[in-house]
Amino acid sequence: MLSNDPLANVLYVDLSKKHSWVERREDLFGKYFGGAGVAIQLLTENCPAGIDPLAPEAPIVLATGPLDGLFPLGSKTVAMFKSPHTGNLGESHAGGRSAVAIRMSGIGAIVITGANTNPGYLSIEEGKAYFRDATTLWGMSSSVTAGRIVRQNESSAGLRSIMRIGRAGENLVTYADVSTETYRHFGRLGMGAVFGSKKLKAVVVSGNRTLEVADKVAYQALYDEINTAAVSSPVMKKYHDLGTAENVQPLSALGGLPTRNVQAGHFESAEAISGEHYAEHYLGRRLACSHCPVACIHIAALREPYQDEAYYYKTTMISYDYEPIYALGSMLGLSNPEQVLSLMNKVEVLGLDAMSSGVCLAWATEAMEKGLVTEQDTGGLKLEFGKADGYVAGVEAITSRSNEFWRTLGRGVDAAATRYGGVDFAMAFGGNEMPGYHTGPAGYLGFMLGARHSHLDNAGYAIDQKELTKGLIPAEQLAQKLMDEERWRQVLSSLTVCFFARGIYTPELTLRALAAAGYNLTAEQLAATADDIYRAKFAFKLANGFDFNKLTIPHRVFETPAVVSGFDEEYMRRAIAFAAGQLASPRG
Amino acid sequence: MRLSVVDAERCTGCQICMFACTRRLGYAGMGKTAIHVKSVGGMEHGLSVVVCRACQDPPCAKVCPEDALVLRKGGGVLLNPSKCIGCGLCQQACIVSAIFWDKEAEKPIICMHCGYCAKYCPHGVLALEERREEVPDAVK
Repeated sequence: MLSNDPLANVLYVDLSKKHSWVERREDLFGKYFGGAGVAIQLLTENCPAGIDPLAPEAPIVLATGPLDGLFPLGSKTVAMFKSPHTGNLGESHAGGRSAVAIRMSGIGAIVITGANTNPGYLSIEEGKAYFRDATTLWGMSSSVTAGRIVRQNESSAGLRSIMRIGRAGENLVTYADVSTETYRHFGRLGMGAVFGSKKLKAVVVSGNRTLEVADKVAYQALYDEINTAAVSSPVMKKYHDLGTAENVQPLSALGGLPTRNVQAGHFESAEAISGEHYAEHYLGRRLACSHCPVACIHIAALREPYQDEAYYYKTTMISYDYEPIYALGSMLGLSNPEQVLSLMNKVEVLGLDAMSSGVCLAWATEAMEKGLVTEQDTGGLKLEFGKADGYVAGVEAITSRSNEFWRTLGRGVDAAATRYGGVDFAMAFGGNEMPGYHTGPAGYLGFMLGARHSHLDNAGYAIDQKELTKGLIPAEQLAQKLMDEERWRQVLSSLTVCFFARGIYTPELTLRALAAAGYNLTAEQLAATADDIYRAKFAFKLANGFDFNKLTIPHRVFETPAVVSGFDEEYMRRAIAFAAGQLASPRG
Repeated sequence: MRLSVVDAERCTGCQICMFACTRRLGYAGMGKTAIHVKSVGGMEHGLSVVVCRACQDPPCAKVCPEDALVLRKGGGVLLNPSKCIGCGLCQQACIVSAIFWDKEAEKPIICMHCGYCAKYCPHGVLALEERREEVPDAVK
């Protein structure tokens, strides 16, 4: 890396002592670039194994990478923490303005430990931390309003990022999220609860500066090459036009859209909640993360009449994407696009992860159908597929932790199924509620084998659709493919480049982009670093209780025809055992 | 010629114009940027693109105590950094807040209307064009 790059500055913040300091960590950034690579090292250094994820000492790590601020699509911040949801690795990525704001603030990573005595928020300006009071924001009904107040209290409009939690985070729901710039999320695995446990309502980061590059002329030429590739790529056009919601109808047609708790893979009302329908009838604005020419963020304008007065309306701007449409739409059997938007908005203002919320409610609905959960358990609330009112009340009950049932459901679907029954249709993998892909063995193995149990770890869903439709391959070979993809993605998430740009940032281009940032590596060195990062993440998982042998597979996976069917538990176990053999021991 | 914000409603807030303005000088980041994009109070309500309007009779030049701001052909000003003492009066005089601050050099940053940013705007928000006589919005 370049010797004067502010990227290597790590800001350490101790909330308990209201103390902060900066350390140069060229040892980490020089070797692991940034993002996931550096974050896993900082997490391992600062998070002793066995610690309670919600203890004051448990760290929150936010890291950006060398390509942020330099090249298009360098736009992601990687958060790491010990997950209160799974008890092992918490890793979540978000864009918005977070990555560029952190980089422009003159730091590459932030490590937050300790806890506020009274609710507070952290303002980081030009790499310096300021401790602000947030007593009045605590308990505020909408995380969006809380964000607005912070915005009004802070300077540097346009050059900042505001990451904040809602009531779900304050109340320690283990799948509470942290949202940034209102519409982007550190969604999965419960960083919102970690913020909540520290009485940390928000983190604002701002700054501005120039960054040196290795060779000015070469930098400008490479920038143009990457930018041209980004703006002319058909994949990028897809994300710009309809956004990720474009996948709703094709996946439903293939039988891969989880519907009514994966009792079906085809949703008869897919058209009504499709990207096409939302774009034509509700799309109000498209937004981009900082330094992204694509602008995949789609915001619907939902105009609703008040019932108590004629000609009185409110218009709400609601971010939609494929995943919330799946989780809060087809998974719950909701076919009214406006009701799905309303539920998404409710989840947004409460600060919940949309996928976990939808999967939990889908399980609860089926458990009520089967008599495992009664209205006595739910406090009188009746959940029925296709009925939105119950779900709006349900996400509120999860957030309020209103009784034992909702408190349990606020710890995830595995916790709820363990207590009430119905593990065969509790759709979580590695403790994390499933993403929206009922595609087949590669998809489900991907969820289980991925370090953060995300479809984005290894894109198994794509292997199902592109390769396994032609026939199954040996389980070990499939596991290897998933692991190879996940290993390479450690590079992208350490640079930190948006995964949507993975087709542009090939290994060859990545090496040249790294050279512009002062990193001169060979392809072999890059691959070895990727492997180191991948293994470090699993070392953390294993040290904190993750066990390949304890992965459970809800039987529903095998029952409902998927895009690729004809696999069984034995096939899945063979793949898991192969991955365990590769990852549970040091590199040979 | 001058830089014109053709339609801020098309802006997605990607800030690629801001990166371009600094990259023009061979740097990454946004520290030398003469155009800024910010939300108008939450991204959902849209974005405002703030850049010099190339005034024909620029107030910023009038308040410069060192004559460091030279009138530019086509409107606006050009900064003579050797004369500038970094007093910041020009910034205060600009009612649209289109003069930014280079904290590394302690000098104002003022758009020179080169159009480099417009070349990179992916969504047709910016254009380098001949100065038009003021026309009502409705016929633009």
